Amino acid sequence: MKFHDLSIQEMRQKLLAGETTSVELTQQCLQRIEATDDRLNAFITVCEEEALAAAAVADQQLASGNTPLLTGIPLAVKDIFNTLDVRTTCASKILDNYISPYDATAVAKLREQGAVIVGKLNMDEFAMGSSSENSAAGAVHNPWDLERVPGGSSGGSAAAVAAGQVVATLGTDTGGSVRQPASHCGVVGLKPTYGRVSRYGVIAYASSLDQVGPVAGNVADCALLLGAVAGYDPADSTSVDCPVPDYLETLDGGVVGKKIGLPKEYFIDGLDPDIKKAVDAAIETYRQLGAEIVSVSLPHTDYSVACYYLIAMAEASSNLARYDGVRFGNREDDGDGLIGMYQQTRSAGFGDEVKRRIMLGTYALSSGYYEAYYIKAQKVRTLIRQDFLNVFEQVDFLLTPIAPTPAFKIGEKVNDPLQMYLSDIFTIPTNLAGTCAMSLPCGFSGDDLPIGLQLIGKPFAEAEILQAAYAFEQATDWHQRVPEL
Amino acid sequence: MNSRYEVVIGLEVHVQLTTKTKIFCGCSTEFGQGANSQTCPVCLGLPGALPVLNRQVVEDAIKAGLATNCQIAPRSIFARKNYFYPDLPKGYQISQFELPICEHGWLDIETEESGEKRLGITRIHMEEDAGKLLHNSDNSSSVDLNRACTPLLEVVSEPDMRSSDEAIAYLKQLHQIVVYLGICDGNLDEGSFRCDANVSIRPWGQQELGTRAELKNLNSFRFIKQAIEYEVERQIDLIDAGEKVVQETRLFDPDAGVSRSMRGKEEAHDYRYFPDPDLLPVDVSTEWIEQVRQGLPELPTVKLQRYQDEMGLTAYDAGVITSERSVAEYFESVVKFHDNPKLCANWVMGEVLGALKENKMEISDCPVTPELLAGVLIRIDDKTISGKIAKTVFEEIWQSGKTADQVIEANGLKQVSDSGAIEAIVDAVIAENPGQVAEYRGGKEKLMGFFVGQVMKASKGKANPGMANQLLKKKLAK
Repeated sequence: MKFHDLSIQEMRQKLLAGETTSVELTQQCLQRIEATDDRLNAFITVCEEEALAAAAVADQQLASGNTPLLTGIPLAVKDIFNTLDVRTTCASKILDNYISPYDATAVAKLREQGAVIVGKLNMDEFAMGSSSENSAAGAVHNPWDLERVPGGSSGGSAAAVAAGQVVATLGTDTGGSVRQPASHCGVVGLKPTYGRVSRYGVIAYASSLDQVGPVAGNVADCALLLGAVAGYDPADSTSVDCPVPDYLETLDGGVVGKKIGLPKEYFIDGLDPDIKKAVDAAIETYRQLGAEIVSVSLPHTDYSVACYYLIAMAEASSNLARYDGVRFGNREDDGDGLIGMYQQTRSAGFGDEVKRRIMLGTYALSSGYYEAYYIKAQKVRTLIRQDFLNVFEQVDFLLTPIAPTPAFKIGEKVNDPLQMYLSDIFTIPTNLAGTCAMSLPCGFSGDDLPIGLQLIGKPFAEAEILQAAYAFEQATDWHQRVPEL
Repeated sequence: MNSRYEVVIGLEVHVQLTTKTKIFCGCSTEFGQGANSQTCPVCLGLPGALPVLNRQVVEDAIKAGLATNCQIAPRSIFARKNYFYPDLPKGYQISQFELPICEHGWLDIETEESGEKRLGITRIHMEEDAGKLLHNSDNSSSVDLNRACTPLLEVVSEPDMRSSDEAIAYLKQLHQIVVYLGICDGNLDEGSFRCDANVSIRPWGQQELGTRAELKNLNSFRFIKQAIEYEVERQIDLIDAGEKVVQETRLFDPDAGVSRSMRGKEEAHDYRYFPDPDLLPVDVSTEWIEQVRQGLPELPTVKLQRYQDEMGLTAYDAGVITSERSVAEYFESVVKFHDNPKLCANWVMGEVLGALKENKMEISDCPVTPELLAGVLIRIDDKTISGKIAKTVFEEIWQSGKTADQVIEANGLKQVSDSGAIEAIVDAVIAENPGQVAEYRGGKEKLMGFFVGQVMKASKGKANPGMANQLLKKKLAK
């Protein structure tokens, strides 16, 4: 049995049938990581001991019957999630040896469902980046082409699934950080509606945009994982108290009669021809599946990137103030007094991109600039959200590309932050609008690089886009291709 | 009052609320616990932790707003105030900035110099407190975050005060209100009620405000008065010497009686306030406001007036009794059992407060309950005992917890109102003091007190003083 050919549901069946054990699955998972991660660098921390202990407990539970859905399934989470007793670095030197005294709500929910956490995944430092190159633990490599980036910031979460290191993972998506790497790595990733999954215990980058999202090898696993972590959390004031549907139950509803909108602002001239071809083919597939395709407009799309970076950096500048060397994390102190300690700690602890965003965000919030930048960006955000709400009165969901190009080369955009920021142009607007969206494989480029398709749904309509994604997945075989490693 | 300059004062008061738990987490707010023992990921500002608003804080803020004649905002917003300091775990304080919960209030104060005056309250907002730095002997510092994230109301006045006396009158009234409301313990020493004062001066008649100094570390009413007066003198001296007042924050040193510059305007922080994305706007319905309004206790100023108008107390007596809500409530209970407010007030202010002070006790622990005290007063008014005997009875009740009637009965303290018995004593007193009788009859009527005293003494205090008086008058007139 090859572990990495199995889905969560297949693992579940084998566990229930006694054909395998959680310890065996976990061991295979750890072996696969051992065999591949020197090339991928998808993991920051592998917690072998803890994982095997949890697997042994899961096996006991399985033997006694009536277990939750994820019992004994090895999973991994982005290193932005606080995990009790296993270090949480957020890919930053400043949290190099930080051990959290508590589990993030999403992690606690996975554990309650019986999941075995095998490790913490690499990412851009503090989730700031689109390539997973900005990591104190070094760049993550794309399993389809080791010279290329896996996307970011949840690059480790996507690469690990694509490489079969682990069956599914959790990432976070602030401006596309789950969907864009899922697209670049040929896996399925979903950014839920803001408030759908608790942010408690997720290290904050931009609080009004951050959202926890699952990454998996297929739509059903993605749905299953979303169901496991979704729901209201009294510890997160911004989580929303609305019922969580059974995402698996409605999965095969099809798309007959559904109205799919193609926002014309997303089908721009500069779009990579391979991507255009793949997305056009996907549109045709949906037409054949019985959906109605219409053209729509999201007129304020052009302002999204500027709006996003102002809001995200402003919030980040404040969110990252707590890394001051006083209570936790690394401290650098030449004995130069309090201000000196702050300066040395933060200069040494943060990477360039993080510093850049803190400085830009601080500037945007400063007296005299606040109105012109932050307040203006908030107004634009309202318009962008309104664009989506208007369009959703005409169509059931939207279909767009995920990224303007397939995965780029490592180092290609490092010295051009603006070019890097523009790579999130198709994913950012949904974070600003707070609605849900997902990425699923829809083809390959001439260089054999995966291409992703984006479905954007109404607020809290995750079940609907999962259903549409599942219909597409059933009609195509893109998700069955795996990289040679 | 200075003849050349007008003094302008505005006050910012931090009121620490008495909620059981902190404003954004479930940790206890109890004072004096072991360092950092009352903390959690939220109030430690650990990565990933998020604040959740304690609704009781909002309710307390509404109470304070209603009691100070503020408008309560149907929607208010929490904002982050960003600055670095080791006692501030997140690197920002969650406060309110653009949309505070209460605005446009006022208090009426009275001072000897300026009489009655209305002082504006700009706003009241909710915020979290910071932790405490402890400076160690080896030149290092430690931080105790037990206080971090405890709830505060910041009450900001208009610059309406014109003297230190007005400032103190305002503060005392505000202090009395928050303690009455039961939202603050009012303890100045422990920092439950802290004040910063903005002080400036300007030539009389000038509209424009002078440059202000902000005075900090004022933790008693006396220090506040001292600090303001010192600051006014300092500013007058500067201007008289041809220098300028600079905008700065000054720290008052109560031991030396002077203030020192802490930081100037150029070092002032740019706090980069922006709405906290981790918290939802605070929506307060009119139903909620009305519900809180219904539950408000009668406020001290209203009580003060009612005690004078309806109960006939003097302004002074009403002031003493309303100074603390617990005393006023005790007094009102006594009146409920015995409707003679004047007598009740005298006894509460005299015997009760005196005995409490002597025994270092709070009125809530007073062994003589309002009902027991009323029992004594009833027996005074129905002339069973004299006021003097009543004091003995009170002391006995304090010790034993018995009722007045039990004490009177057991000790045979019942007043003698039998005219025959009193007449016999009166006759004896007159017979024993011929000299004084002659003087009295010669016109020295003041001696009546002496005769009454003798009769009371002879009767061991039990003679009805009124009857003794009458009989003495009658007999001495002969």
